[in-house]
Amino acid sequence: MKFAVPILIFVTLVIFLGFGLRRDPRLLPSPLIDRPAPAFQLMRLDEPNRPFSPTELRGTVWLLNTWASWCVSCRQEHPLLLALARSGVVPVYGLNYKDKRTDALEWLKSMGNPYILNVQDADGRVGMDYGVYGVPETYLIDKTGVIRFKQIGPLTLESIEKTILPLVRNLNS
Amino acid sequence: MNTILLYVVLLSSSGSDASLDQRVLELSRQLRCLVCQNESLADSQADLAVDLRREIRGQMIHGKSDDEIKTFLTARYGDFVLYRPPFKPETYVLWFAPALLVCGGFFALMRIIRTQPHSHCRRGL
Repeated sequence: MKFAVPILIFVTLVIFLGFGLRRDPRLLPSPLIDRPAPAFQLMRLDEPNRPFSPTELRGTVWLLNTWASWCVSCRQEHPLLLALARSGVVPVYGLNYKDKRTDALEWLKSMGNPYILNVQDADGRVGMDYGVYGVPETYLIDKTGVIRFKQIGPLTLESIEKTILPLVRNLNS
Repeated sequence: MNTILLYVVLLSSSGSDASLDQRVLELSRQLRCLVCQNESLADSQADLAVDLRREIRGQMIHGKSDDEIKTFLTARYGDFVLYRPPFKPETYVLWFAPALLVCGGFFALMRIIRTQPHSHCRRGL
């Protein structure tokens, strides 16, 4: 009985620390969720003289995937993006982040191209507006141009099936 | 005369540059690098930190205040970029918990002292 209080404090502390250990400190909640996706106008990767702006996608639920040819985890998520694109459930657009155009094109040629189109963010300034701090990062944007979900780090089968696909269905209905 | 003028211009421009560098350094010391989370933006050599320092510098040149730049960064990366968390309902626990814990500890200590027999006092007598 005498030790009830210290033990209680100890157990609470252990529970809190235990939860703390399980959380990934690299995952930071984005302040952009439920906010309009930052506007931009960037040149396309395939046609460097043709600009693209996300306003062209009003009325569409779409994914914006930031990637780079130098990014190792992008290789990891790539098969999932290809499968997602093949399923046709949601169009995938790419933001090629701080990359060289030739490297990016080469990468798409050898790995397969899941993107409707890519834009070149060579200096990473648009990435900054989107709060990108580690590629790959993927944004789900709704018909009105609002960011509904952000995946930090590579997409996983779990995140696609449990979060992205139900959200896409919801936003499309 | 011309050379003197040139010197003045050069000196003043390099002077303002140094103070700008100093301002960038001071602000980026208060900001956390998102890539290497235990480093400040001033210390980090991460690519993003370099970009952000350049951005901060650019905004300062355009006359933005430190607070405006902080707002710019938190709008994109969240409060996490600030080493000093803002005071708002979500962070009340963070700000008040230490004081509450100290008070709680103090009261607990007082109770223990009061309820315990004054052994050493008696020995002293």
